[in-house]
Amino acid sequence: MTETSHLAFEGPWDYAPAPESTSHITLQSEYGLFIDGEFVPSASGQQFDSVNPATEDVLARVAKAGSEDVARAVAAARQAATQVWQPMAPAERGKYLFRLARALAERSREFAVIESMDGGKPIRESRDIDIPLASAHFFYHAGWADKLQYAWPGQRVAPLGVAAQIIPWNFPLLMLAWKIAPALAAGNTVVLKPAETTSLTALKFGQLCQDVGLPAGVVNIVTGDGATGAALADAKGIDKLAFTGSTGVGKSLIRSLAGRNIPYTLELGGKAANIVFDDAAIDQAVEGIVNGIFFNQGHVCCAGSRLLVNESIATPLLDKLKSRIETLVVGDPLDKNTDVGAINSKAQLARINDYLGIGREEGATMWQGGSEAPEKGYFCRPTLLTDVAQSSRVVQEEIFGPVLTVQTFRTFAEAQDKANNTPYGLSGGVWTDKGSRIFNMTRQLKAGVVWANTFNKFDPTSPFGGYKESGVGREGGLHGLRAYLKTATESDA
Amino acid sequence: MSDHNTRLNVAKTYKLFIGGQFPRTESGRYTKFTLASEGEPVNVCRASRKDFRNACVAARSATSQWSATSGYLRGQILYRIAEMLEGRRSQFIDELQREGMDAVASTGEVDAAIDQLLHFSGWTDKHVQVTSAVNPVSSAHFNFSVPEPMGLVASVASSAHGLTGLVAAIAPAITGANTVVCLASESHPLTAISFAEVLHASDVPAGVVNILTGERAELLEHFASHMDVNALVLADVTDEQRTACQVAAADNVKRVITIDPAQLPGVTIDGLDAVSSLQEIKTTWHPVAN
Repeated sequence: MTETSHLAFEGPWDYAPAPESTSHITLQSEYGLFIDGEFVPSASGQQFDSVNPATEDVLARVAKAGSEDVARAVAAARQAATQVWQPMAPAERGKYLFRLARALAERSREFAVIESMDGGKPIRESRDIDIPLASAHFFYHAGWADKLQYAWPGQRVAPLGVAAQIIPWNFPLLMLAWKIAPALAAGNTVVLKPAETTSLTALKFGQLCQDVGLPAGVVNIVTGDGATGAALADAKGIDKLAFTGSTGVGKSLIRSLAGRNIPYTLELGGKAANIVFDDAAIDQAVEGIVNGIFFNQGHVCCAGSRLLVNESIATPLLDKLKSRIETLVVGDPLDKNTDVGAINSKAQLARINDYLGIGREEGATMWQGGSEAPEKGYFCRPTLLTDVAQSSRVVQEEIFGPVLTVQTFRTFAEAQDKANNTPYGLSGGVWTDKGSRIFNMTRQLKAGVVWANTFNKFDPTSPFGGYKESGVGREGGLHGLRAYLKTATESDA
Repeated sequence: MSDHNTRLNVAKTYKLFIGGQFPRTESGRYTKFTLASEGEPVNVCRASRKDFRNACVAARSATSQWSATSGYLRGQILYRIAEMLEGRRSQFIDELQREGMDAVASTGEVDAAIDQLLHFSGWTDKHVQVTSAVNPVSSAHFNFSVPEPMGLVASVASSAHGLTGLVAAIAPAITGANTVVCLASESHPLTAISFAEVLHASDVPAGVVNILTGERAELLEHFASHMDVNALVLADVTDEQRTACQVAAADNVKRVITIDPAQLPGVTIDGLDAVSSLQEIKTTWHPVAN
């Protein structure tokens, strides 16, 4: 405890455990691939474990898809696209999406618990954010299915065909919804590969597709590691690739798509600046900084991982920030009191710890707060790195963990330059009471999503995506739909 | 034998257009361009990688001012380019013929290029409205999405067309407040540099448009791999060239846009699509509260 921990009351600040029950969920011990409406074993028979990162227990064995399985899934998707999904009246397609939205909402508790068990995120977040937003994405896009001609007046629109989609482990079901909902609404069928460490809610979603009577082959789910993802990107017969993940993998996907005339959207890494001016509402800013970087253990591509604070308020702001961080509960993801859950995997924890070492070698001062982490499982306490330079690797590179670097600035121009001086451009934050300054800074930031006096807000109607090396294209809202449609001017007919 | 009483004409030196100036290539190299009509061959500058990098520095320095220039003013500047080109219509028709185009085609090219510029001048203050949105989020936030320029665009003009190919490689980018480094067609280097003179006389700020003449086979890989270029626009490249560009462009996730030369010449090119392909969408959130 530090002297600045004003909120850390005398003695340990204990909460009685409030664990969410796991009694109402059903998990099979094994899952096959979801291809053409059926769960089937992989051709090779290979499987891998899905592990609970908070307990290191194996939750289920999951089939590992190879290129033969991927080819079968793409063929099933093609068949479904041409025979069923595209000939169907758009309003009927929409009804299936409404069904998926409703079914997800009805089973939200089960999905939330499995999401937290499989991925390590706090139940408070999977219950209040991930699952409701996933359902909302299906509901929003369901309504688009029979209204696509209004999206771009004067344009004729047509689906692309089979969409290959590869998603990350940080928001497993939500990223599935971001990918599948617009693709289906626009008349495409999909082959989706979940991340290796978080396959379970995607496979449960496959069962949901069966339950709502979605025609076979419209949604196919192939589980596996990076090799499965590469096989999907390389597969013959895909008409579109959508990927969310690291910038490194994104670049290799661009190279593999070169010359193949396959459109793509990529949501890649980020290193967002969260800029706090001296006139900001400081308590709100502190909440925003905490939400910006410690939401989902910092496993967020748009996380506000770089705090840029006006020099004149740096000391009081950091005092308040540390004091607030001390109240954060690090621990069991299924406990409803938990603020910071488990790091998603052993490998990711090692990566974060590597960066903490690099930061200290570069001269950074490290401070950690919040409750002590449990001994078992993969955990990282909320961390601040001060005394960092713009050129520090911990400032330039995405850490993808609960690690916030702190820099100061004196002028607007300095804040702007520091904010934009990374290869990334996904998101940014601005805290000030002055309206004209908000509009000036939000315009200057080279980033696709800018939160002013708020941070980490998401909505199905709101386009999301990056500038520069943070990605290509947008997902969500009107602008996101375009990524799943061909357009032609009506006069060309 | 020459007639000593005839006036000797003044031959024009064709140079590059970088940062609002007309320098020779730093490399000192040239390509002999043989005219289709009578006249001495022209020594066209063969730009180097270093020229391209210099042009990128000029273009990057011009981005903040140009992107802060109002759509209204950028529209007037594009209109001014059209106006200046109209005034030099006969010069360009003549020059296209010296590059080997017939009289009818030359006239069609220049007229179409002027009309194209006029078309784009009208988009500067409209494309933002057409492609923006206020997004009805379910929380208490005001949320809107607007297009913004990608920044620095490197473009390769179509060889299949004289002037319209050049305009198609420049106008969509600057309409949307990007800056451009454009590689002129190897078959039309003269009109490209004469067009730079038109730009120079049209209040286009220095560095907003830069035009190089040189060899596509030599420069293409540098256009594709430069780490400070945000987008690459390609016209009538071969499949191999395009694939190589896409691979090199991955290094900084450069956007690669292909222009279909079949859409040229004329205003049949979808102006909005061309402008929007060089824009990023920015979404801004702010709480609605007391």
